[in-house]
Amino acid sequence: MPTPSFDAIVVGGGHNGLAAAALLGKAGRRVLLLEAADAVGGAARTVDLAPGFRVPEIAHLANRLHPEVVRRLDLKRHGLAFAATNLATTSLSVDGRPLTLAGAFGERLEGDIAEAERVAWAALRGKLLRFSGVLAPFLSQVPPRLKNGGIADMMTLGKLGLGIRRLGRDDMREFLRMVLMNIADVLDEEITDDRLRAAVAFDAVLGTSLGPRSPNSLMTLFYRLAGQANGVQAATALPRGGMGAVVAALASAATASGVVIRTGAGVASILVEDDRATGVVLASGEEIRAPLVASAMNPATTLLSLVGARHLDTGLVRRLTHVRSKGTVAKLNLALDGPPPFTGLGAEGLTGRLVTAPSLQAIETAFDAAKYGRYSDEPALEITVPSATDPALAPAGQHVVSINAIYAPFRLKPDSEAGREAFEARILAVLERHAPGIGSRIVAKDFLTPADIERRHRIPGGHWHHGELSIDQMFMLRPVLGLAQYATPLAGLYLCGAGSHPGGGVSGAPALNAVSRILADGKGSSLFAAGGKSRR
Amino acid sequence: MRRALPREHFEKPLWHTPFHPRIAALMTHEQWYGWGGYLSPQVIRDEEMEYFAIRNAASLFDVSPMVKYRIAGPDAEAYCDRLTVRDVSKLKPGRVHYTAWCDDEGKVLDDGTLFRFSPTEFRLCCQERHLPWLLDSAIGYDVEIAEVTEDIAALSLQGPTSYAVLRDAGFAGIETLKPFDIRAFETAAGPVTVSRTGFTGDLGYELFVPPDQALALWDLLWTAGQLHRIVAIGFAALDLARLEAGFIMAGSDFVPAEHAIRADRRRSPYEIGLGWLVALDKPRHFNGKRALAAEKAKNAFRHCLVALDIDGNVPAEHALVYHRGKREVGHITAAAWSPTVKRNIALASMTRPYGDTVVNDLWVEIYALRELVYSKSLVRARIVERPFFNPKRRSATPPGVF
Ligand SMILES: Cc1cc2nc3c(=O)[nH]c(=O)nc-3n(C[C@H](O)[C@H](O)[C@H](O)COP(=O)(O)OP(=O)(O)OC[C@H]3O[C@@H](n4cnc5c(N)ncnc54)[C@H](O)[C@@H]3O)c2cc1C
Repeated sequence: MPTPSFDAIVVGGGHNGLAAAALLGKAGRRVLLLEAADAVGGAARTVDLAPGFRVPEIAHLANRLHPEVVRRLDLKRHGLAFAATNLATTSLSVDGRPLTLAGAFGERLEGDIAEAERVAWAALRGKLLRFSGVLAPFLSQVPPRLKNGGIADMMTLGKLGLGIRRLGRDDMREFLRMVLMNIADVLDEEITDDRLRAAVAFDAVLGTSLGPRSPNSLMTLFYRLAGQANGVQAATALPRGGMGAVVAALASAATASGVVIRTGAGVASILVEDDRATGVVLASGEEIRAPLVASAMNPATTLLSLVGARHLDTGLVRRLTHVRSKGTVAKLNLALDGPPPFTGLGAEGLTGRLVTAPSLQAIETAFDAAKYGRYSDEPALEITVPSATDPALAPAGQHVVSINAIYAPFRLKPDSEAGREAFEARILAVLERHAPGIGSRIVAKDFLTPADIERRHRIPGGHWHHGELSIDQMFMLRPVLGLAQYATPLAGLYLCGAGSHPGGGVSGAPALNAVSRILADGKGSSLFAAGGKSRR
Repeated sequence: MRRALPREHFEKPLWHTPFHPRIAALMTHEQWYGWGGYLSPQVIRDEEMEYFAIRNAASLFDVSPMVKYRIAGPDAEAYCDRLTVRDVSKLKPGRVHYTAWCDDEGKVLDDGTLFRFSPTEFRLCCQERHLPWLLDSAIGYDVEIAEVTEDIAALSLQGPTSYAVLRDAGFAGIETLKPFDIRAFETAAGPVTVSRTGFTGDLGYELFVPPDQALALWDLLWTAGQLHRIVAIGFAALDLARLEAGFIMAGSDFVPAEHAIRADRRRSPYEIGLGWLVALDKPRHFNGKRALAAEKAKNAFRHCLVALDIDGNVPAEHALVYHRGKREVGHITAAAWSPTVKRNIALASMTRPYGDTVVNDLWVEIYALRELVYSKSLVRARIVERPFFNPKRRSATPPGVF
């Protein structure tokens, strides 16, 4: 066996894997990144839908890309640009009275809406942004260890406490009163307009197994609002070239810092010797050694399948098998031979983000079906038309439409698997209602349920966050108690994907935190810390 | 196999073991207690007589309530090795070893005996119920696990004449059975599995049969045992014998980690005198290994379990242990006047370094209730070796005839 020629192996080439590899490369490590698929990017790729048509295959909106990741990896220099920033969200209504939430999280409301409602919204919006701002550091830094924690852990906790105190007495009380509420109750207190209620509730539940009335659905909204796009809190943006542009920039940064990227290289197992991860074995049987393995794929799969329960204690195995990871979002991508004919929406409207949900109650009803293992009869949709601001994505005059649809439960009643086609038809029916004639313009489409996403991208349950984002699986409990610090019980093995704190979405935050942990751990040990720099 | 619950089960919540008819017939004082959901005798006729049967003749104790798991399959050895702290690859078929198992943090969940019947079949016997833990530990192993407590009736035959009882009862070849051996015997009561094990520190055996053979086995031993002074005993006598033998008990000398509400009550094997079991060097990973290795490397043990020889003759039950008569450094977990070694003995859980490196000037504060008035005395205690009593006959093969 020749001496290992890499200091680190990153398993999984989703955006987090790329970010981790690039950051390690920047820190002087010689890194090999292994991706099972034929291309990197995971759930953040832009793909060909039909000749001349390109779409963000799964994730389409950038709303939490971590500014540190952008800055440290100089992603702008590596080609990252936005086709549109500070997107407006339009809550469509069949009667042709759309309501537009312009600016970040509805800075302005455009459309016919009562003055009292505008005032109430401004107050609620301000409050929600303030509160999510308090949580923001907690939602991005390494979660504190409660036991045997160090100074950094105390600082993180302290900062949260301080942030809450800084809100002032009244706001602090209000924060503590609200923090575990559900979004429906919050909106019931303040807002009556159905379009507005639906749009806000939609943001709270998208990507989770929660309905608006499920406990803690305000926390998931805070999670969303804590993100930022292009320097604006709670804003959304469309990368130029689709979400794949983020991946391309990360891959370019990685390559520039010396990372070797291998696709079509699925990892079958992680080598363990003397309680240390010492490398990986590929599906092909090829063995590659390195003193550090960072897994950017799912945490439970990493530990239970690639490492194996035999190297883990039963309590940890038990917790890992209990991680809830059942996706609820289906993706429908369309190629159209003309613009999508949305009622009451000008060309300007297509540049934003569209939400179809007649009311908060309609989302709750849609969720009821999912709760019992059925697809929603009336799915709620989040629609973007990336080609409206990024014409390169489709031939001239033609368009691509990217749709997230809820709810498509991963675990279906036995007789519901056949409902897949029916669900796609229902999404198209909802679309038709808001954009009559859109169906006849479709020239190509790709439809993915959570099961399809699991198969295609090896994401358990096809879950947006690689594990449900709920209080019992967040912060120090993400992915499970004992693994929240990115390190695992096996020396040299770290976790750095969306399944780790803070969670999913295209952010690079888990990778950023994991790498800072890896580098901190490496400082004391001679094992791989000495490597890179001196040889470079 | 599950017995259907009788309709009025809640009126008598403790179940009868397969030997119950015989024990009930001998019982004079109705001194029963509940053991793992079964009605078990505390004392059948006379505690002292029962104790002396263990040390001077033969005692028969119904251990059917002992929790038993069958572990079988191609990965059974690997599984037992990951579950327990000892090196199971060293346990040969036809042998038993005493062992313990821990949670992730290296805290003891229970101790017990692991029987290996064949390369692929084991039985784990213990005090507590662990099925969910055992099943979750089996994730990733080709192994089947079943609780078989109800499917196996068990008797413990202990004492110097126990060998003679079995010989006379027709257990052909029993003389060659060595301590911790297991063997199957054809007898007038049908096939019986016998192990040379026990909880008394004396010569003795444990016998296992299907429940429907239970009474025939009892009768066989009882008849053969008459000449050898066989006595049916309750737990009180056994508890004293086990203390003399220096055996610890879950729930008495340590709190099983799953039951501990207060985190500081949990104990690692090193803290309850079971450090010798922990095979940190075995090739396979086992539950709690990382925590135990770290604890050992840092010498971070907080407690230790010691055997004490205490002045006087008043049992030091529930007493506190003091250093220099002032500083509280531990407490007694089991204590008795030992009729056999004629000493006032006890086990104590100590806070290190007391009991570990600081071993002198230890005192025990004993409260003795004398006609409704407590008399308090501070007496000297010395740390001694465990077991307090370890007769040669325990391990002689062939066993002597007494
Ligand atoms: C329907 C849907 C819509 C979404 N929309 C948005 C959105 O609009 N905006 C947003 O920000 N987020 C969105 N998300 C969430 C976002 O896509 C994910 O959270 C994010 O992409 C996860 O990134 P990751 O790098 O951690 O994991 P992944 O992208 O899943 O990457 C993991 C990679 O590991 C690889 N891999 C797995 N196993 C192996 C193996 N054994 N060997 C080698 N490689 C392996 C996989 O092939 C994959 O490429 C959406 C998610 C879903 C499901």
